[in-house]
Amino acid sequence: MRVKALETVLTQKGLIDPAALDEIIDTYQNRIGPANGARVVARAWSDPEFKAALLADADPVLAGLGYYGRQGEHMVVVENTPEQHNMVVCTLCSCYPWPLLGIPPGWYKSDAYRSRAVREPRRVLAEFGVILPEGTSVRVWDSTAEVRYLVLPMRPKGSEGLSEDALAALVSRDSMIGTDIPEVPR
Amino acid sequence: MSRLHDMGGRFGDGPVKPEPQDAPVFAEDWHARALAITLTSGALGQWNIDTSRHARERLAPLDYTRFSYYEKWLAGLVTLLVEKGVLSRADLVAAEAGGGRQKEGTGAEVAAPHPLAARALQAQEVAAALARGGPADRPSTIMPNFAPGDAVRCRRPGGNRLVAGGHTRLPTYAVGAKGQILRLHGSHVLPDSAAHGLGEAPEPLYAVVFPAMELWSAPEHPRDEVVLDLWQSYLEPV
Repeated sequence: MRVKALETVLTQKGLIDPAALDEIIDTYQNRIGPANGARVVARAWSDPEFKAALLADADPVLAGLGYYGRQGEHMVVVENTPEQHNMVVCTLCSCYPWPLLGIPPGWYKSDAYRSRAVREPRRVLAEFGVILPEGTSVRVWDSTAEVRYLVLPMRPKGSEGLSEDALAALVSRDSMIGTDIPEVPR
Repeated sequence: MSRLHDMGGRFGDGPVKPEPQDAPVFAEDWHARALAITLTSGALGQWNIDTSRHARERLAPLDYTRFSYYEKWLAGLVTLLVEKGVLSRADLVAAEAGGGRQKEGTGAEVAAPHPLAARALQAQEVAAALARGGPADRPSTIMPNFAPGDAVRCRRPGGNRLVAGGHTRLPTYAVGAKGQILRLHGSHVLPDSAAHGLGEAPEPLYAVVFPAMELWSAPEHPRDEVVLDLWQSYLEPV
């Protein structure tokens, strides 16, 4: 079934408003994306009270920033430390925190990531160029329910004194999924 | 038995190929349309998120394998539109024959309004609908049997206990595995029930942590772990 044919028949029957489709696409193409999550991470790096509240009970904190909604109704933020690295997957489909990161990238939805992230996370991380120290354990979060996970990466060395905006610019989308490590460019 | 979507731990899929982080959100225009049509069709209120996941999962295994991501979404959507009586097969055949062209004519052949047309999501309602989302937490009369730190085991056999071959969110790789309760998320809609029109049946939902050594024959590191969100009825005490 072609998309255009389906859209046409649903429109003719008055079941969808094509302008609503445009509005949804514009929202996720231009307005809701990883910049939201990056602002949250930068704030957590800058403000210990905010970070403590975010890790204790993320939903009210995120709702206060306007980052609540579809596919982000029940959020948990998990913190990377020198002892533990966190990484998020959905082995059963493609669950992902839309209000903070937008629509998941292709690799997150791929069979290779879904099948392997739980069994061999370190080999998968290596494919992203991430090599963890031997002393760091990996905790993989398989999003099997309606709870959505965001990784709070470690604040990079050399970022002391940077503003929240400058910090947010260091936070990649993948670092909030757990497949990248933020760094200060040399 | 499992279906192909239940692929956690599977061998043979090859490397992950990360695309650049600034790659377009939608690789093709039709991907964006497919996502938006799926969301607006959901707003008609004829199914829930569990029903729609199940519609994709029960694609024939050959189709699940050969369809791209958004092709699976479209196939699942078409299945639901027909099963729930929103569209008829004749509607779909006519639409395909028309190739997406608008119907031409005097207007005399336009049928009466569709009974669900009043529910169609309008452009000015989109922002509010996306912001509202669809929370899955519900009050429940089922009390939590477990507390953080408790040892639990995933029940064996896995699979839906209400409907043979039905939807479930217990991945096969965790069936029979022993773990520990990490946190209680509250009570959430039970997908095994809600996907099949059997009611929301909310019950306690937990994050459960499993040592990688409990799940895999050759774990990469002795201290690695996997956490899954699991409903109380998926678990038994150890």
